[in-house]
Amino acid sequence: MSALFPLRVSGAKSSRRGNVLVGPVDLELSGAGTTVVIGPNGSGKTSLLAMLHGTNRLNAGRIDWAVPQDQARAQQAFVFQRPILLRRSVIQNIAYPLLMRGMTRKTALNRATEWSERVGLGAMLDRPAQSLSGGEQQKLALARAMICDPQLLFLDEPCAALDGRATREIEAILQSVAASGTDLIMTTHDLGQAQRLAQDVVFMLHGKVHECTSAKEFFTAPKTNAARAFLRGDIVE
Amino acid sequence: MADLWGGLVQAFWLIVTFDADLFEITLRSLYVTLTALVIACLIALPLASLLAVKRFRWRRTVIGVLNALMGLPPVVVGLIVYVLLSRSGPFGVFGLLFTPTAMIIAQVIIIVPLVASIAHQSLRELWTDYHDLLISLNVTQAQKMRTLLWDARRALLTAALAGFGRGIGEVGAIMIVGGNIDHATRVLTTAIALETGRGDFALALGLGFVLIALAVAVNLMIHGLSRTEVEGRW
Ligand SMILES: Nc1ncnc2c1ncn2[C@@H]1O[C@H](COP(=O)(O)OP(=O)(O)OP(=O)(O)O)[C@@H](O)[C@H]1O
Ligand SMILES: [Mg+2]
Repeated sequence: MSALFPLRVSGAKSSRRGNVLVGPVDLELSGAGTTVVIGPNGSGKTSLLAMLHGTNRLNAGRIDWAVPQDQARAQQAFVFQRPILLRRSVIQNIAYPLLMRGMTRKTALNRATEWSERVGLGAMLDRPAQSLSGGEQQKLALARAMICDPQLLFLDEPCAALDGRATREIEAILQSVAASGTDLIMTTHDLGQAQRLAQDVVFMLHGKVHECTSAKEFFTAPKTNAARAFLRGDIVE
Repeated sequence: MADLWGGLVQAFWLIVTFDADLFEITLRSLYVTLTALVIACLIALPLASLLAVKRFRWRRTVIGVLNALMGLPPVVVGLIVYVLLSRSGPFGVFGLLFTPTAMIIAQVIIIVPLVASIAHQSLRELWTDYHDLLISLNVTQAQKMRTLLWDARRALLTAALAGFGRGIGEVGAIMIVGGNIDHATRVLTTAIALETGRGDFALALGLGFVLIALAVAVNLMIHGLSRTEVEGRW
């Protein structure tokens, strides 16, 4: 467990031009390992993660990490639902956060090479990032997020649109990242993946946290009807 | 038709005989416009990237004004610079009127809005792509600007070439502030205007073809240079 936790969220709300994206949210995360956020499309998962990370405006309520906000932010990284690629080579993409933090080129490129090998991109360092396949792009985004050794990694559907094998590869990386002490907060539509990775589950519905329990409890004995219906694969209104 | 043919022949002879006057005014054309272009880019590119990443109160107004100024009539720019630089004007003491420096000043004013507007267009697109990532990485404003400028360098080259095209073919402003003085401020475009006025169409056309060839050559050269630098889709 990292120094960022426990995380206390109370009455947090994020809106844009009058539309509430997510909230009000009350949440307490002890941050032991991996927290998976699930819920139907449009339920506010992405918005919740962005609000916790601090990239979506907090219009009401509080988000309290165990350390001051700016310190917490510096210890986090975010992998987006749609990978954002810089128009540069693979290695330049991965090294970018280090270069922005003032690390020397040589060290940054060395570490980027290490990480690219760790995620299996070692053979395509000099390719333009845009030429990578969807799965490779996700791996690039993951390596770029991990290169600053964050204590907390947000992942927004890291395996959407990937096939079984690519998903397994990403999950293996995530598990090794988690094993090395980085906490994860991730969203997914894949209930199997949630079961494989989650210690805690946050179930979102209509922009609010509907249920927040340990994974074991959530998957064996969900408390609410909506969660039961969601687990059955019914359409949740 | 005969005039056009005569012009081609004239251009050919001017070039193969290394005509000294032609050489001089061509070099001056290049010197004036390339210097103006470099200065204009130093102003326009940072401005364009600032407009892309920073939200401030007058941003939309500034962008609107820049876009409108793209169509700035060179003659009017020339007139204003003339008034400012003339002996009784505020900058008269520098004695810049009827020098290449005055021509450069006028061209900078003409080129900046064009380069800034085109550059801003592509930087803004890139910024919408990069926005979430760069905000998440918490980079500084200057780092955002530098990242955008570097990653959009090909589009910026196009912006610069458009600026070069506007400058090298421009006659209204440099005619007024330069005065088309032989061996001092005469450039290709003002020479063409002069020869046309005199009725020497063949020479005017010859100079015209040299001007076109110059513009095309510079474009090809810069594109060639940039392509050998990085191979890729951007
Ligand atoms: N920039 C925005 N402007 C306006 N509304 C937005 C914006 N971003 C998201 N929303 C709205 O906020 C709600 C929550 O969106 P969000 O992206 O958080 O959902 P999600 O749970 O991540 O969905 P998905 O599973 O499809 O990724 C949606 O109704 C969405 O339309
Ligand atoms: Mg989402």
